Amino acid sequence: MSSAATVPQAPSFGRRLKRFMADRPIVPLVILLVALVVILQILRPGIVNERWIANTVKFAIPLAILAGCQTMTMLTGGIDLSVGTVATMSAFIMATQIVNQDPTVAFLLAMTPAVLIGLVNGIGVGVFRVHPLIMTLGTSLIGTGFLQVYQRTVIASGAKIPDFLNWLGTGVSFGFPNALLLFIPVAVFIVFTLNRTGFGRLLYAVGDNERATRLSGVRYWQVILALYILSSLLAGITGLLYIGLIKAPSLSLAEPLVLPSVAAAVIGGTSIFGGRGGYAGTIVGALILTVLTTLLTILQMPEGARRMLFGAIVLLVTAAYLRITEDR
Amino acid sequence: MSHILRRQGWVAGLFALLIILFIVTKLIQPGYGSGDFGSLARAVLPYAFAVAAQTIVVIAGGIDLSVAAMMALTSVTAASMMAGASEEYALFVVPFVLAMGLVLGALNGVLIVVTRVPDIVVTLAMLFVLQGAALLVLDAPGGAAAEWLKATIVGTVPIPGLPDTVEAWLPKALLLLVVCLCIIWIPLRRSRLGLSIYAIGSSELAAFRSGVPVARTRIAAYAFSGLFAAMGGLALTMSTGIGAPIPGPYLLASVAAVVLGGVALGGGKGGLLGPIVAVFVLRLVRTDLTLLAIDPNVTAIIEGVIMVAVVMFGAFITMRSRQS
Repeated sequence: MSSAATVPQAPSFGRRLKRFMADRPIVPLVILLVALVVILQILRPGIVNERWIANTVKFAIPLAILAGCQTMTMLTGGIDLSVGTVATMSAFIMATQIVNQDPTVAFLLAMTPAVLIGLVNGIGVGVFRVHPLIMTLGTSLIGTGFLQVYQRTVIASGAKIPDFLNWLGTGVSFGFPNALLLFIPVAVFIVFTLNRTGFGRLLYAVGDNERATRLSGVRYWQVILALYILSSLLAGITGLLYIGLIKAPSLSLAEPLVLPSVAAAVIGGTSIFGGRGGYAGTIVGALILTVLTTLLTILQMPEGARRMLFGAIVLLVTAAYLRITEDR
Repeated sequence: MSHILRRQGWVAGLFALLIILFIVTKLIQPGYGSGDFGSLARAVLPYAFAVAAQTIVVIAGGIDLSVAAMMALTSVTAASMMAGASEEYALFVVPFVLAMGLVLGALNGVLIVVTRVPDIVVTLAMLFVLQGAALLVLDAPGGAAAEWLKATIVGTVPIPGLPDTVEAWLPKALLLLVVCLCIIWIPLRRSRLGLSIYAIGSSELAAFRSGVPVARTRIAAYAFSGLFAAMGGLALTMSTGIGAPIPGPYLLASVAAVVLGGVALGGGKGGLLGPIVAVFVLRLVRTDLTLLAIDPNVTAIIEGVIMVAVVMFGAFITMRSRQS
């Protein structure tokens, strides 16, 4: 693979292409996304229209925000598997508390578990140095337990979806999904945090070389604590958005999004070992996964075969991506 | 030397914890006897195999997120093959399913080695694939298990010359577990391959430079993990008599027990005994909570809190010992 490197004056076209793609990792992702849309259009001519695009974006947004949580935690070499439970909890609490409470109170109540779980995750990972995978799996288990107990206390009062969330999750204005009103600020916030703030730089630094970062005087636990609380808050907000989209509060509402959110971040080029990646790729990754799901639904694959192909594609894309970007 | 002492100390501590828990159980429920111990052993069986599958991969410096899905697939395969088939046919099904686990586990390893994608991503992708395959085999819980297979984990081991009261504390499920694990683990631990597995988990680069075939060893570790997971799947089918395509909570439980059992998640440290004792501890806690007539949902919370607290404590101890 490195034979071309010995002739520096005349790099082959393939190598130049590789270098270009390594410098701009988002390019192959966008190409893949376009290819998937083209395949979709060929299989079902006429499906790709304004309404379809709005719909795809609508379903990709919750996934993209959750994948944002994964991107940020992965940059430090971590992972946040509790996002599904946090999103479900905030959605379920919102839908049940809105019946008797003021919207502001309901909102605050809905965000409480998010903050608490983020806090526990942060303390566990940052102070006690538990592996993030286990810590967040554990807190999500505890969260689900609390939710089941909570469900019984509100079984009489019923649930409803607040009109505002309904509008935000499902509505489309001027051909654009209203959810973009939430997503664009969130995306700008994440990108800005990662690229332009000291906190963002610290996330990269911690993931790249934790020891060196600590020796340079960074308080590791403070960075991690802030990170996991932020991640949980974003997951909680996603839950509110998602309930407006799905409109059926259940105890496993956002659970199916957890593994795809990890996959989206990985496809988007964020290294699961930390220190490398960004949010732009993750957004494209979330779009790719959403389009892929549509494609498989259209092909009328049985649920089992769909999941199998989904797994195979996640693996293939990641492997191909690694091949393209590894010759840095 | 001090390292060995610390590791054995950890396992010994776990044993002490287990004994304390048994005493607590006896205090809560004075009638707790051999029959209850038998059902504990049966409940532990699939968890223990899942933990064994996870342990070997973690020692090799990896992690296997597909353990639970692998168990679901092997379980439904066994259950659907045995449905409506003769008793003797199961004699063929068991080795077939075990071989399937071995091959699929090796596939995990091959994919990691060939694609060079991080193991966490490969096994995550495999989780999707195996789950999907399980749904293709059976789209709803169903199938059957041969009677003799179900009988292998029910009841106690008759040993001539022992009084019934002692015999009653030797459930067949426990014997099956010990035999299956020992048959594979002890020769493996003493072989060159076993040493290589520890070596690549400890430091892949150092292992490579000392001439350990890293790729082959990694594949072998995942193959053994698949084999253990297939045993877990069979254990599920044996204890329930059917196969269910939806994976159980075995992934979290296996990782928690591995950590609780003193196996470092970085790899290269620990053994199989610790995690297995840890599984007994975790299951016994659950039994105690049920005996205390606590709401099952609250039980889930308490169980989770205990698991997280123990893992935090373990991480804290590791951190302290590293600093000093």
